[in-house]
Amino acid sequence: MNAPNASGWRPAMGEGGEAPAILTVSGDRGLTLEEPLIFELGRPGTCGVDLDEPRGEIAPGLARFLRAEPPALPGLTEPETVRHYTRLSRQNYAIDLGPFPLGSCTMKHNPRLNEKVARLPGFADIHPLQPQHTVRGAIGVISELADWLVTLTGMAAVAMTPKAGAHGELCGLLCIRAALEARGDAREVVLVPESAHGTNPATAAFAGYRVENIPATADGRVDLAALTARLGPDVAAVMITNPNTCGLFERDMKAISDAVHAAGGLVYCDGANFNAIVGKVRPGDLGVDAMHINLHKTFSTPHGGGGPGSGPVVLSAALAPFAPLPFAMRGPDGIIRLVEEEDAPQHHPQSFGRMAAFHGQMGMFTRALTYILSHGADGLRQVAEDAVLNANYVLRSLEDVLDAPFGAAGPCMHEALFSDEGFAEGFSTLDLAKGLIDEGFHPMTVYFPLVVHGAMLVEPTETESKAGLDRFIASMRSLAARARNADPALKSAPHLAPRRRLDETQAARKPVLVQPQ
Amino acid sequence: MRYLPLTPAERSEMLTVIGAATIDDLFADVPAEARLPGPVPGLPNHASEMAVERHMSALAAQNLSAGTAPFFLGAGAYRHHIPASVDHLIQRGEFLTAYTPYQPEIAQGTLQVLFEFQTQVARLFGTEVANASMYDGSTACWEAVAMAGRITRRRKVVLCGGLHPHYGATIETMAKFTGDQIERQVPVLTAEPDHGALIAAIDGETSCVVVQYPDILGRIPDLPAIAAAAQAHGALLIAVVTEPVALGLIEAPGKLGADIVVGEGQSLSVGLQFGGPYLGLFGCREKFVRQMPGRLCGQTVDADGRRGFVLTLSTREQHIRREKATSNICTNAGLCALAFSIHMTLLGGEGLARLARVNHDRARQTAEALSAVGGVEVLNSAFVNEFTVLLRRDAREVVRELADYGVLGGVSLGRLYPDRPELGHALLVTATETTTDQDIHALAAILGEVLANAHEGSPT
Repeated sequence: MNAPNASGWRPAMGEGGEAPAILTVSGDRGLTLEEPLIFELGRPGTCGVDLDEPRGEIAPGLARFLRAEPPALPGLTEPETVRHYTRLSRQNYAIDLGPFPLGSCTMKHNPRLNEKVARLPGFADIHPLQPQHTVRGAIGVISELADWLVTLTGMAAVAMTPKAGAHGELCGLLCIRAALEARGDAREVVLVPESAHGTNPATAAFAGYRVENIPATADGRVDLAALTARLGPDVAAVMITNPNTCGLFERDMKAISDAVHAAGGLVYCDGANFNAIVGKVRPGDLGVDAMHINLHKTFSTPHGGGGPGSGPVVLSAALAPFAPLPFAMRGPDGIIRLVEEEDAPQHHPQSFGRMAAFHGQMGMFTRALTYILSHGADGLRQVAEDAVLNANYVLRSLEDVLDAPFGAAGPCMHEALFSDEGFAEGFSTLDLAKGLIDEGFHPMTVYFPLVVHGAMLVEPTETESKAGLDRFIASMRSLAARARNADPALKSAPHLAPRRRLDETQAARKPVLVQPQ
Repeated sequence: MRYLPLTPAERSEMLTVIGAATIDDLFADVPAEARLPGPVPGLPNHASEMAVERHMSALAAQNLSAGTAPFFLGAGAYRHHIPASVDHLIQRGEFLTAYTPYQPEIAQGTLQVLFEFQTQVARLFGTEVANASMYDGSTACWEAVAMAGRITRRRKVVLCGGLHPHYGATIETMAKFTGDQIERQVPVLTAEPDHGALIAAIDGETSCVVVQYPDILGRIPDLPAIAAAAQAHGALLIAVVTEPVALGLIEAPGKLGADIVVGEGQSLSVGLQFGGPYLGLFGCREKFVRQMPGRLCGQTVDADGRRGFVLTLSTREQHIRREKATSNICTNAGLCALAFSIHMTLLGGEGLARLARVNHDRARQTAEALSAVGGVEVLNSAFVNEFTVLLRRDAREVVRELADYGVLGGVSLGRLYPDRPELGHALLVTATETTTDQDIHALAAILGEVLANAHEGSPT
């Protein structure tokens, strides 16, 4: 151990870390602050917003509908509110605090220019049902972003409305289903690799398909022979994640697409990992028919503690006619318009319909376009290269102390996959992850993909510096050694976080989902 | 490139550690014919912060923003004042740049917010439980329909005529693929909603009846009567609230017999944003909790016995259950839920009631001013902050002409129901606490002029 750290303090093995057992009356400990619930802090009748006095009476017609009493929600003044949420915020880890190497989630830096631009009143304060000629700039944003997405992916068109990745998957599958039905070809099965993200089978089931798994080869890729053998007149589509959830490029992608097309099916690509190849490879060149792009991954819109996301779906020429409404189309006059229900019969008659109210995640479009324009074609290519470089650097810097199941087979893409092979009896991936918390890092993705035992999927992203990676690697090497050597302190980690391990069984057995009144 | 920390020297040092000669060696698995030799052709290269801001500002300037015009649009998206502290707090990096709270020991901030949010939504809706958010009101509404199908094992869905047409269209789209049978009614321009046809459509095959409250015309449906009819046939009542501020004034749907209440939370500090991202609200009876879609945050204790929060009941969800999940939703609307929750904390229940009163005042004043205009008739016998007026002329044209005068005068029903010519003269008008006396005078005066100019064409 004994790696120097930022403060110059050199922790000694086995004694560093544990906070001394000093009790405080407040429960707070220095800058580690506890915070009650608003229902324990607030007072009925308190209001942190100054509102006008009501001027008139309530209209008599409304009398029989009135609420018996106001919602039983206490209020706080502004200073109390600011303090409550600021104190709570300090119990969160975040990209702004350090590396957040959650594999498949792409936790890259969120540029603040994006936030500034999204808040311009011309974008933030316009209504989705304003007459279209009063929102030309908003339609301009949609059309510019659409052009970039189509060009970067080498596809024919893009459906901009899906609200997150899983919603995009649904959009793609519904386009596929509509296209198949349009040619009178009802098919029932969607093939999904066993390494797929859980949203893939859930989406296929939601779209009315039966899901069948495709096995993986020993080198972590789709088994082309098994896939080809399963293809037939009942297979509507395959859903392939590329780069896949093992962090590997599907070398046979073009052969897969050709085989699926030859059997009359269509190819859905889960674009969750597009950040690894943006500017380097166009999925359209690999025979993909539909792919969603998580703007909150590849194009840096903030994850916000669980959304909002945005999941535009790029489409091949075969699927474009079926895209949902509203659909951004260039008219003969060169002007992009949003085709809605009104003009759909004329301009976009085969659309499968509407997936949500309004026009999609405009606030995410402005951020993503700002990010894309900042990087440009050259910068986006560098993004993919640096993301892949960083992941391979982590892979090669750890593979002597952590099992890397596919490490020997060649380079990884944007994320490095490890397993718990070689840990001492009773020590698991979870223990190592919780140890990372004490080291001041967010853990990697754990126990996913399911095809690797005790999986640890590390995605550093391109916005991590080499110095940051070296610090992370040093901590990981130390933790790997502790897991191999059965350090009992690791079993009970984290010790230094706002909370120690939480009892998830109790939470699920007798759920308390709201504060009792 | 200002966002990429690696230096050229570090890149080559790292390649050496990796044992690769060039960066392209790391892309060796990509078939050579699919590898682009350089940047994607046809696209510009990187640009400075200043240049990008200039470009985006020019696009923003092409839009007529609500704050610069007398503004009366609603129909599922509402302009309310956003307290300065809300936008400041949601931009704290610890909230903005965190992920879904999978590691609860270092995500208690987000988790406690979600627990508080769930409680606020449940108390606002009058439901026993609520989830941690959905994408938006329309998708939450569809998910409620799907959930009702799982609970009742029936396929027939009845949509009231007052349901937002985008919500109805979303449900119809999904039903094409799931095989649900949708009976969608259309709004009839009456002062009060007539539930006769709706109630008559509910039968022993009905899974659920979906009722917007207040409805798309701003009228208040009689939820208890509909709930009784649904209950008599073993169907569930789904209430849909597109304007949560209204619930500061009118009774919570959960108290009036709704089994599931969904809504659009955009009104409270999410902002208009041209339609997204918004915030889906979802509450229901506790006995249905294992059929709910989306994330749920629950209270528990840590190894030292301290109170803490975790995501729970995840055996409903796609990452565990895969094709048997209750929904495919993953990323939802966390940051929008935070904005909503902060705003609700600032208001408190009584503040929300006061806000709704002020909205009602403004709307009443607007309705009075418009009824004095020739060729305008107010339809509703009751409304909170949104009501329908019938115009002498086609409302779509009137809205366009008002916009030419710099007035954003409302949402024409023709825009929402292009295939229903009988609704073409109806205009939906919304007023909120942001509506000023001058706005109301401007709308009344210019609407009068536009209606009077009927045959002289629009101004150039």
